[in-house]
Amino acid sequence: MPALSPAFANPVFDTQATFRAVMDAMARPGEIRAVPDALTPPAPLSPSAAALALTLLDYETPFWLDAALGEAEDVARWLRFHTGASVTANPSDAAFAFAADPLALPPLAAFSQGTPDFPDRSTTLVLQVAAFTGGLSLVLSGPGIASHRDFAPSPLAPGFADELRANAGRFPCGVDIVFAGPGSVAALPRSTRIEEDR
Amino acid sequence: MASSGSTQIIDAEIETRRAAMATFAAANAAELRGALESMGSIDAVEIRKPETGLVMIRGRIGGDGAPFNVGEATVTRCAVRIASGETGFSYLLGRDQEKARLAALCDALWQSRDRRAQIETLLIAPVRERLAKARDEARAKTDATRVDFFTLVRGED
Amino acid sequence: MYVAVKGGERAIANAHKLLAHERRGDESVPELTVPQIEGQLALAVARVMAEGSLYDRELAALAIKQAWGDLIEAIFLVRAYRTTLPRFGASEPLDTARMEIRRRISATFKDLPGGQILGPTFDYTHRLLEEPAAPLPPEQAPRETDREPTPRVTDILAGEALIEPSPEADPSDRPGDITRDPLTFPASRDVRLQNLSRADEGFLLALGYSTQRGYGRNHPFAGEIRLGEVEVEFFAEELGFAVPLGAITVTECQTVNQFKGSDTEPPQFTRGYGLAFGHSERKAMSMALVDRALRAGELGEEARAPAQDEEFVLSHSDNVQATGFVEHLKLPHYVDFQSELGLLRQIRASFEGGADASKDGAE
Repeated sequence: MPALSPAFANPVFDTQATFRAVMDAMARPGEIRAVPDALTPPAPLSPSAAALALTLLDYETPFWLDAALGEAEDVARWLRFHTGASVTANPSDAAFAFAADPLALPPLAAFSQGTPDFPDRSTTLVLQVAAFTGGLSLVLSGPGIASHRDFAPSPLAPGFADELRANAGRFPCGVDIVFAGPGSVAALPRSTRIEEDR
Repeated sequence: MASSGSTQIIDAEIETRRAAMATFAAANAAELRGALESMGSIDAVEIRKPETGLVMIRGRIGGDGAPFNVGEATVTRCAVRIASGETGFSYLLGRDQEKARLAALCDALWQSRDRRAQIETLLIAPVRERLAKARDEARAKTDATRVDFFTLVRGED
Repeated sequence: MYVAVKGGERAIANAHKLLAHERRGDESVPELTVPQIEGQLALAVARVMAEGSLYDRELAALAIKQAWGDLIEAIFLVRAYRTTLPRFGASEPLDTARMEIRRRISATFKDLPGGQILGPTFDYTHRLLEEPAAPLPPEQAPRETDREPTPRVTDILAGEALIEPSPEADPSDRPGDITRDPLTFPASRDVRLQNLSRADEGFLLALGYSTQRGYGRNHPFAGEIRLGEVEVEFFAEELGFAVPLGAITVTECQTVNQFKGSDTEPPQFTRGYGLAFGHSERKAMSMALVDRALRAGELGEEARAPAQDEEFVLSHSDNVQATGFVEHLKLPHYVDFQSELGLLRQIRASFEGGADASKDGAE
């Protein structure tokens, strides 16, 4: 077995910085926040997605990997080793889901949606993207957004906007999405509305 | 069968390693440090920095029945890899991160063909001797409180 | 109506400073150290570990020092601290039959295998206060004995099938965890035992006592009480085997209770179980009594006493919850009270108006 690369050099400060970034990103949907990016996780897991994983996963949060990440044997091994979390093949059992290829993502409804009593038991998706601009053009509104905000993560499938609308329609259930770009993250919580094209 | 034979060898190897790890856990940090210092400089990287967390302690209903959660304990773990390639782990009760690092290093060295004998003689043997002596002394003090019942003469005759 | 009130900030900061100084006491007296508390107030430390539900002597001792000796406050501090740590997993179940025994007594069998060992106990002391600087007695002469195996008393009775067996583990079922899932009723025995293990000792003591006085009587015998160290093992995924973590001190109590049979089952003794962190004998005994009382329903007994009412017992056993709700009464309720006061004045006015009217009518 190839040797595993290390986790954060300063676990306390690095996970706090990452947590702060993802918390702010959730509070301000579509805004971009820098995360520590010195990690060298096994490909195709990106350093920013890896930072999120090390910050958010523990042994009580089963995670799901898309085909691109799942086929790379070392990704699951690296995540399990450093976080203690277990892998699940079933997206509806996942507390967190990681996708290196957002174009091949299963429908959002396939993930855990939470229950009206425990909406927090839904899946949080981490989608690796190449950029936050120039992709699928979305106009966001809702909590944490003064009026409207433009957001265009790339790559995303053209039908993803409808998926996001359906997800917001399931509120208070539904999934939350964190986009992991190069060195930074942005988020779309379930409470964010996706405006129709104007 | 050959396969079950090799499984037994693996199991025996795991049992010896578990016993070694139990000794590293029971040793104090000074003992671990002393033994490692006398082995010269050791090249190692921390692949998992010492981290303190919790383990939920389970008991059994009635002592031998279905498990239940009693409460948590603080535990510190660490993983290091030494230059010869072995990865050492530690999981120790408590919050001593330096001890966790030393214990992981000892586990790595114990797995190394060239170093095991040194770890055995410099650390495991003396620590076990100290622990056995302490246990015998504690038992002797405790056994002084053992009750020797005797029946008083009954008054029937 | 909601009224925000400000102005307490300076008073609060100064109250905390005053507390720090008062807690320290007379500065001409040496300050207590954490190791002193750990070693010399070890039973207080055990109680904070058991009810704080966190095994860490040093932290419990530190919490006692910081809490000025208020054990519930110390337990609160420990509970707050544990929420800051990640959980690595759950241990392999403790094997109390392999305990390194420091005390082991049975009130049911005089000559049980492994013998009766009194260990460090307050039992049989005369409860006479000593001189403050009384010298230590000379150490007892050590005694070399070969230790025989010390089977649990319940295992001895089980050999003759005179006692009900322990409930068997269902490998597909993880034990319930009240630190992760909210308590729901009816609660299974694993969940009840977790609740009781971290429950307030005074509350359990009173409930256990109430069963002895007739409120849910279950005829207990102290089958066995044992105190000592047990090894903890943790199955580490990345290693593929259970790693020894070290040993912890626990106290275990097994009660042997009134027997019961049916048309299909021969009469057998029933049992209650107590297990607590540290040297916590009263806690483990009370826990076993209450565990047995809470089994009334499943054993087909009439359940009418407080100790048999699981919702009552399990909902009020946690002293951090209890103290939070009782002590929150100190927080400002100015608006609530103003509305009550207004309402009372209104009713009072209409009462007095009505009294006047009836007086008018009578005339």
